[in-house]
Amino acid sequence: MWPVWSQTNQTSNRLCSCFLKMACQGLQKGETLATLKKECESLKKKLEEDRGKLNDVELHQVAEKVEVVGALSIKTRRVLKGHTNKVLCMDWCKDKRRLVSSSQDGKVIVWDGFTLNKEHGMSMPTTWVMACAYAPSGCAVACGGLDNKCSVIPLSLDSNENCAAKKKTVAMHTNYISGCTFTNSDMQLLSCSGDGTSALWDVESGQLLQSFHGHTSDILSLDLAPSETGNTFVTGGCDKKANVWDMRSGQNIQSFECHESDINCVKYYPSGDAFASASDDATCRFFDLRADREVAVFQKDSIVFGASTVDFSLSGRLLFAGYNDYTINVWDVLKGTRISMMFGHENRVSRVRLSPDGTALCSASWDNTLRVSRSFPHE
Amino acid sequence: MARDMSDKEILKMELDQLKKEVSTPRTPVSANCTDTIAFVEGLLPNDPLIKGVPDDKNPYKGDKGGCIIT
Repeated sequence: MWPVWSQTNQTSNRLCSCFLKMACQGLQKGETLATLKKECESLKKKLEEDRGKLNDVELHQVAEKVEVVGALSIKTRRVLKGHTNKVLCMDWCKDKRRLVSSSQDGKVIVWDGFTLNKEHGMSMPTTWVMACAYAPSGCAVACGGLDNKCSVIPLSLDSNENCAAKKKTVAMHTNYISGCTFTNSDMQLLSCSGDGTSALWDVESGQLLQSFHGHTSDILSLDLAPSETGNTFVTGGCDKKANVWDMRSGQNIQSFECHESDINCVKYYPSGDAFASASDDATCRFFDLRADREVAVFQKDSIVFGASTVDFSLSGRLLFAGYNDYTINVWDVLKGTRISMMFGHENRVSRVRLSPDGTALCSASWDNTLRVSRSFPHE
Repeated sequence: MARDMSDKEILKMELDQLKKEVSTPRTPVSANCTDTIAFVEGLLPNDPLIKGVPDDKNPYKGDKGGCIIT
C-alpha cells in the first residue's frame, strides 16, 4: 500500500514514511470519523429495532389484572441528627440496626438506628464525602469523595480509639469518588468515579483487580447485583447511560440510553433480573435485563424536580424514590402509578435505602439529617 | 479516561460496544414481565412495608428521637 522507497538511506526512509503515514492518517481521519458516525447510527437503529421486536408492551399493561396495593402507612420513627452539613450517602449494616452516613461536613458517622447512639465519628481529610458503605462483616466501613480516594476504616470496639487513624487507602481515581460498595466479602471493593471509570480493588493490598471503561462522562452511581445472580454490577452517570458490567472480564455487557439527563442513581431489583434508575430528567425508569429494554417509566406531569435516589421494597412491589423537591415518592413498580408521598425532609433527599430485612427505610438529606421510617401496624 | 480520548477514539469505542450489544440474546418483554409479577406476588405477603409489622415486633416502637409528622 505504501510507496516503495529505495534501500539507500534507511533512517531518512523511515522518517519519510512516518511523515507520509501521518499525513495520510490526517486525510483518513476525516473520512473515518464520518464513516464511524454512520456505522454507529445504523447499529443504534438496528439495536432499537431488535429490542422493539420482542413484544413492545410495557410492564403496567402486563400487570393490569394485579390487585392494587392498599394505602401505605409508613411513618418516620427516628430522626438522626449530628451532621453539620448535607448528608450525601448512607448504608445499612447487615445487622439491620446500624447505619453509616457521610456528609459534606467531612464526617463519617456510624449510628445505632434503634437508640440513636453515635457509635463512631470519623473526620475525613476533605469535605464532601460522597460515598460510604458498610462492610458485610460489620467490622469496617468504606468512604470516599473529593479526595479521589476510597478508604476502608476498621471499626474498633473500643470507643476511645481513634478509628480514622487506622484508615487505609484502597481505591485511587483521578476524580471524585461517587459511589463505593464491598462485594460479597470485606476483601474486595468496587468504586465508581467522576473520572468516568469504575474499578474493583483488593482491600488488603490496595491492588487494582479490574477496571471498567465505557462511560463517556462522570459516573454517579453503582450497584452490585444480588449475590445469587452472579458477578455483575450496574453504573449510571452524566452520559445518560446505564451500563451493566461483568466483574470478571471487565466487559460492558448491556447498555441503556433512555434517560434525558444525568442518571443519579441505579439500583438492582431484588430478583437480579432488572434494575431501576433515577435521573435529573425527573423520571425513574425500570429496565428488564432479559428483555434488554426499558419496561416502565415512573413520571408525572407534577413532578418536575430531579430524582436523586431509588430503592425497592423487599417484594419489589414498591419503588421509593427521593427527589430534589424534598419528597420521597412511593411508586407501584407493577402498575407504574404513584401510591403515596413521604414528607418531612427540609431539603433534597440524597439517598434512600431499605434495611436488610426490608422493615425500615432510611433517607438521607441535604437538611443534615437522616430519617428512619417504617410502617405502623394495620390489622 | 474518556475526556482524554479524541472524538474518533470515543466513536470507535461506541461502535465496538454497539456491535457486541446487537448480538445480545433477548427474550420477549411479556414473558419477562410475567416473571417479574410472579416474583413480586410471591414475596408480597412478607413485605413489611406493605403488610405492616405488629407493634410487639417493632424495635422502633415509641417516638424516640422526635418524630416529625407533616
